[in-house]
Amino acid sequence: MDGVTALDLARCQFAFTVAFHILFPSFSIGLAAYLAVLEGLWLKTGRQVFFDLFQYWLKIFAIGFSMGVVSGLVMSYEFGTNWSPFADKAGSVLGPLLAYEVMTAFFLEAGFLGVMLFGMRRVGRRLHFAATCLVSLGTLISMSWILASNSWMQTPQGYAIDPHTGRFIPTDWLKIVFNPSFPYRLVHMGLAAFLCVALVVGGTGAFHLLRAARRAKPPTEAVRVMFSMAMWMILATAPLQILAGDAQGLNTLEYQPAKIAAMEGDWNGRGRAPEILFGIPNMQTERTDDAVELPLLGSLILTHSLDGRVPGLKDFAPGDRPNSTIVFFSFRLMVGLALLMLLLGVAGMLMRWRRRFYASKALHRFALSMAPAGFLALLSGWVTTEVGRQPYTIYGVLRTTESVSPIALPGIATSMLCFVVVYFIVFGAGIAMLLRMMGMEPHPGEAGPNVHEPTRTAGTHPGPAQGRAVGHTGSVE
Amino acid sequence: MNAAHLLPILWACIAAFTVLAYIVLDGFDLGLGILFIVEKDPRHRDIMVNTVAPVWDGNETWLVLGGACLYGVFPLAYATLLPALYPPIIAMLLALIFRGVAFEFRFKAHTPAARSRWDFAFFGGSTVAASTQGLILGALIQGIKVRNDQYAGGWFDWLTPFSLFCALAVMIGYALLGACWLIWRTDGELQTSARRSAQALAAVTIACIGVVSIWTPALQREYLRHWDVWPRMLYVAPVPVLVGALVIIFWRSIKNDARHLTPFLCVLGWFFLCFTGLGISIWPWIVPPSIDIWQASSPPSSQLFLLVGAVVLIPTVLAYTAYAYWVFRGKVSHELHEH
Repeated sequence: MDGVTALDLARCQFAFTVAFHILFPSFSIGLAAYLAVLEGLWLKTGRQVFFDLFQYWLKIFAIGFSMGVVSGLVMSYEFGTNWSPFADKAGSVLGPLLAYEVMTAFFLEAGFLGVMLFGMRRVGRRLHFAATCLVSLGTLISMSWILASNSWMQTPQGYAIDPHTGRFIPTDWLKIVFNPSFPYRLVHMGLAAFLCVALVVGGTGAFHLLRAARRAKPPTEAVRVMFSMAMWMILATAPLQILAGDAQGLNTLEYQPAKIAAMEGDWNGRGRAPEILFGIPNMQTERTDDAVELPLLGSLILTHSLDGRVPGLKDFAPGDRPNSTIVFFSFRLMVGLALLMLLLGVAGMLMRWRRRFYASKALHRFALSMAPAGFLALLSGWVTTEVGRQPYTIYGVLRTTESVSPIALPGIATSMLCFVVVYFIVFGAGIAMLLRMMGMEPHPGEAGPNVHEPTRTAGTHPGPAQGRAVGHTGSVE
Repeated sequence: MNAAHLLPILWACIAAFTVLAYIVLDGFDLGLGILFIVEKDPRHRDIMVNTVAPVWDGNETWLVLGGACLYGVFPLAYATLLPALYPPIIAMLLALIFRGVAFEFRFKAHTPAARSRWDFAFFGGSTVAASTQGLILGALIQGIKVRNDQYAGGWFDWLTPFSLFCALAVMIGYALLGACWLIWRTDGELQTSARRSAQALAAVTIACIGVVSIWTPALQREYLRHWDVWPRMLYVAPVPVLVGALVIIFWRSIKNDARHLTPFLCVLGWFFLCFTGLGISIWPWIVPPSIDIWQASSPPSSQLFLLVGAVVLIPTVLAYTAYAYWVFRGKVSHELHEH
């Protein structure tokens, strides 16, 4: 373990905990919106299938959400434990953004989650739908604040620096929140969350379609509706996401050219730049080995013109360069997956047109294998943007080496070990549970989250909707 | 009285309120987890968890708000306390992870063995979370070494007889809150046994309050400055007097089977008063004995920006939290319909 420093481990620990965390909120953001749509459709059309699907995904949502809450709790303290100089200097800007997130979103979600999960019989349909919408709204607000603070670290503005202490002093909050990369990142991340869930729902539908075919039974209505909704969603969002990613790339070129150079594996800045499809960027020799290049395409993609100048890593001092070996590959993985998602959406459309949508095993296998693709793309995109911000925590202003806590190596190593063990046990069990639930087929009269739990009663003062029949089967339970 | 003087005072009050809200709200649901050690009946355990299932998420959110407020409003406190308390804080977070997921997982476990494993996670997580919170409290009270705005102490400064005693006290106190919550929200056998546990726990809790009250000024002589000076003594005297009054009300209500809510309210009162007493002692420090609230503060532009939101949002949060509690009011039992 020679050469591993406390800084390396602190970074590993943050990356590890945030990578686990980011999966669950993304799942919650997308799934909460899907649940609101399902419940809305049920209220509007009265079709039982929408309610069954709502109940089916609600149980899965409950598990995913609780994992998001507990893994997020860690994040709100990790800035202080591992990054205390960073927290001390930038807390004045980032702390209020996080506190606003908690006050506008966390409480909204947590407050109405109980009603959403257990309250149908107590509050009636309309209020329950309102609770579902509020939970979904909460997830979206939460995402906005987090991305505002993350984007500010990438493209900081609206601040001054105290000459004595080196602390950030916010001067213009509108500029801080609406920093240059925020709108791009927000759209890109929002679409990513929707895509993640569309792919998971589509994959689940595909799994059950394949199983029905193997058992020579016709697929149930719920499975067909689930699969069809997901495939429409993928068809609509995958191309939008590619456009959003392109727009964010242009924004990054303007504000963080070193990151673009690292993503492209380009060492020499030039016009009429080629696009390196594959290669191995070597940070020591300052070249990209075994490069396979397409002429002119680099300039075309990044500047939308043939002779636009594309930056190279040698434009920046060696100490200011992000690690190209990592971001080069993470970026390509993300783009490759996005293209596969687009292909899946188009294939689905084609099969609808040929009336083989519910029969094509090839399509279903493709959709099933793409189920985790959204999360994988999300993680690789996140690695690209965060590793690409290095060697800074606040781009161009505060270096990562100046941000780390004075905690010695053994301390961080011990906590790292604990985190790894606990996360693998807890989230491993949770993910296994989610997969088992998705492996069960939704059925008519699907029960809510509390079916195996003792029924609660309203005591001596029943709620307004107590005992009122809900759902077409007469009862939610 | 300018903004730079006033804002930190306002924020100290809001932060204190946030911590108190967390302590009482998560206190009773951590307490339920601790009580799993005496309550083995699986049906009773289900009821216990169900009394808090719809609200625990919101309860724990106060801890996230506490962290975020400290980060944004008193960044220096955040940046010195967290490294100083690194091991107990990491342990607390990991314990809360186990406990949080156990809420959902124990109902989804499909074998009795898996279920009892998650029950153990719920008990263990709750107990470790409660005791580390006590350790953190104790370590804060006894003081934290700071030099050049950075934590300057050693690895195990937080581990002393005093902080261990606080860990025990908080654990017992939370278990008592949990037992009183059960007296209010359940009936039958479970309520009777909660009443029994509450009596024993209350006796120990009162003893702990007494010991901590005597031990604290021995740690930092400065803590007494608001308590033993005339006429300031007059303002703070109601704290111990009210604790005494609530002890009497508690003992009468705990023996009276017709009283369901009173014991819980009394214990909430104890927590409130102990917390107030603690606040009076450490005021105006935020990291005793070296950093006060003004030194720890972020610039007024940060504090004002957040204050605008807090003034509107915290009451809103309280209102819909109250609504959620109202929706799930009443006794929780196994039967579909109560007699």
